[in-house]
Amino acid sequence: MKFQQIDQYAARLRPDTRASVHSGSKAGHEKRTSVLFDHYIDPNRLRGIAGEIKQHVIENLDTYLPAVEAKLQSNGVQVHWAATAEAANEAVLAIMRARGAKRMVKAKTMVSEETELAHFLEKQGIECVETDLGEFIIQIDGDHPSHIVKPIIHKNRREIATSFEKHGLGAYNDDPETITRRARAHLRHKYLEADVGLTGANFVVAESGRLVLVTNEGNSRFCLAATKCHIAMVGIEKILPLDRDLGLLLNLLARSGTGQQLTVYTEFITGPKSATQPDGPEEMHVIFVDNGRTDVLASDCRDILRCIRCGACLNVCPVYRQAGGHAYRSVYPGPVGAVLSPLLAGKKFPELADLPKASSLCGACNEVCPVNIPIPDLLLRLREKGKKEGSEAAAAGTPPMGAWAVMATQPMAWKTALFGGKIMNILPTKYIPVPALQAWQAKRTLPAWRGGEFRSWMRDRASRGGSAKREE
Amino acid sequence: MLNHERLPITERRVQLMATCLCDAFYDDVAKATVEVLEHLGVSVEFPEGQTCCGQPAFNGGDWVASRKVVRHTLKTFSGNVPVVVPSGSCAAMLFHGAPLEFEKESDLAAVEALGRRTWELLDYIVNGLGVTTWPGRYEGRLAVHRSCHSRGTGTGDATVRLLGSIAGVTVAPFGEGEQCCGFGGTFSVSFPTISSAMGSLKLDHIRAVQPDALVSADISCLMHLSGLAEKEGKPVKVLHAVQVMRDALRNGGLL
Repeated sequence: MKFQQIDQYAARLRPDTRASVHSGSKAGHEKRTSVLFDHYIDPNRLRGIAGEIKQHVIENLDTYLPAVEAKLQSNGVQVHWAATAEAANEAVLAIMRARGAKRMVKAKTMVSEETELAHFLEKQGIECVETDLGEFIIQIDGDHPSHIVKPIIHKNRREIATSFEKHGLGAYNDDPETITRRARAHLRHKYLEADVGLTGANFVVAESGRLVLVTNEGNSRFCLAATKCHIAMVGIEKILPLDRDLGLLLNLLARSGTGQQLTVYTEFITGPKSATQPDGPEEMHVIFVDNGRTDVLASDCRDILRCIRCGACLNVCPVYRQAGGHAYRSVYPGPVGAVLSPLLAGKKFPELADLPKASSLCGACNEVCPVNIPIPDLLLRLREKGKKEGSEAAAAGTPPMGAWAVMATQPMAWKTALFGGKIMNILPTKYIPVPALQAWQAKRTLPAWRGGEFRSWMRDRASRGGSAKREE
Repeated sequence: MLNHERLPITERRVQLMATCLCDAFYDDVAKATVEVLEHLGVSVEFPEGQTCCGQPAFNGGDWVASRKVVRHTLKTFSGNVPVVVPSGSCAAMLFHGAPLEFEKESDLAAVEALGRRTWELLDYIVNGLGVTTWPGRYEGRLAVHRSCHSRGTGTGDATVRLLGSIAGVTVAPFGEGEQCCGFGGTFSVSFPTISSAMGSLKLDHIRAVQPDALVSADISCLMHLSGLAEKEGKPVKVLHAVQVMRDALRNGGLL
């Protein structure tokens, strides 16, 4: 029997990688829960309100996008629109070429992972340095992030020390503080040499045109302090209506993502250097990226666009903890990725249609989501889409349901099967060629078959007048 | 979820949906359900035409097949009498899953109406009938697994509350209670590695508190966990909550 790809990946995963992912995500979830429930009487109510705000935004994007463009422009920001990943990268390149820029320092942004910006720029002969420590390690290793917030959750410090040694960042030393100091010393020069700083944005406020960035390392501040040109690459769903909405969303984002009350740095950026704002880059660009989002908006899974990329659903997810982020073969792993990645894949949906299967539908993701996305319902909708589109990836290991549906709609057939199942008590089940049964038995024993026992007990009881009964 | 829109119970009369797992393996759970409900003065009807709630195909993405089975269930459980199910998962299929797959169907209203009168057994007893303590006696230290399909419903608290009220019972909380046992229906056979790893973690937490039995309102989780424990060579005794309640009545001479 063919099993699902993510299950096979989990079976091959190195035990120390699994241990890193498991302990990192478990700790993240526990911290999140204690901080949220220590500080708020009813965090679930807050999650509901935050979800309504974001849902309102995505359902009114046609109004908010022009409004935010006008506001940004009046703040002196140049606004660009990119329908695809390629267009977004080209927009970055055009801005850099116009300035004769050769070097970029960039902060962590998931949308630039979607567009594979760093690879694109390097091919164009532009140096693009990741300045978030985790992303920097990913970059020197030629690896991929395996978590939205903690990109190197799958690595331990010994692996990082080995890779620093290999890339000329000092002799082997796996002390985390030493690793950080070395990265810092290396990156300081990169900031000073760079022409352009690129960031994402956690929120863009329609009312004020304010970009909000949250980080813990201060690297995005260095990106902006050291360069003359700031480019922000932003998914079109990142808008919030009002500045006051930030009070709720920032508090939920930090608590859900890292278990902090607020991240160490929260930057509010209202435009380039001006008379009233004497510091910062002299030129500022915002590139709004669609890259499949309007298709998601048009689908019955649009709720996923509420996502604020906190990673709480990854941390709590038992499947993510076992398989790790790379198992999802896409930029966004875990429960949110299982919904978002196949949708963003567009025509390649069937290739990633197994991702929504990678869930016991336990609902823990929905329970922790700061914007209350009904992730299990969306996974179910995508399972149906995968089935309808005949995805082989999705079908692997799923028992066929045709015969079952016939029996389950015909009571006589059902009762016969209940009786017939008794063969399992006589014949060793290893001789019964049902793949699902074999897969079950490989890991677990099966209880004795007692098909029909309850029904005859119930009939006897009814004939003795013990219970009412209704015949079909 | 439609379980938040239910009408108050006016009459002690229910239709029992025994579930396919009780039909095939766990007849004692269904028997205990009947005995416990009748002890509470509830008249129990058992529609003979019942089969399955439709969940396997729903979760598997085959909504065409699933809707056929739901329509059969709709026909079998006609009328206005509350439907009681000794399984959080099958109950949730009727009040949450089925309405989702019928969103664009012309008979959505009928499916929703069935959802609004469907109760998980423990939820029905505690939040429907208002029974909050359980008589009789049961000696044992019980680890109570909160099944995932009871998230957002009254079942989890109802189970702990009722079991905890039985003379002689100690409820033993264990670590990472919010984590899934790894069953997940067809997930258990299409993701056998992850499913069993999840189950083993759950069993480690349970064994750490040394319970006399592992109890839940969902026999499907227990079938997976007990099968896994037995395969590991370290069996764990499992009971549906209603079996403990029935045994408490027997031990107290009330049945």
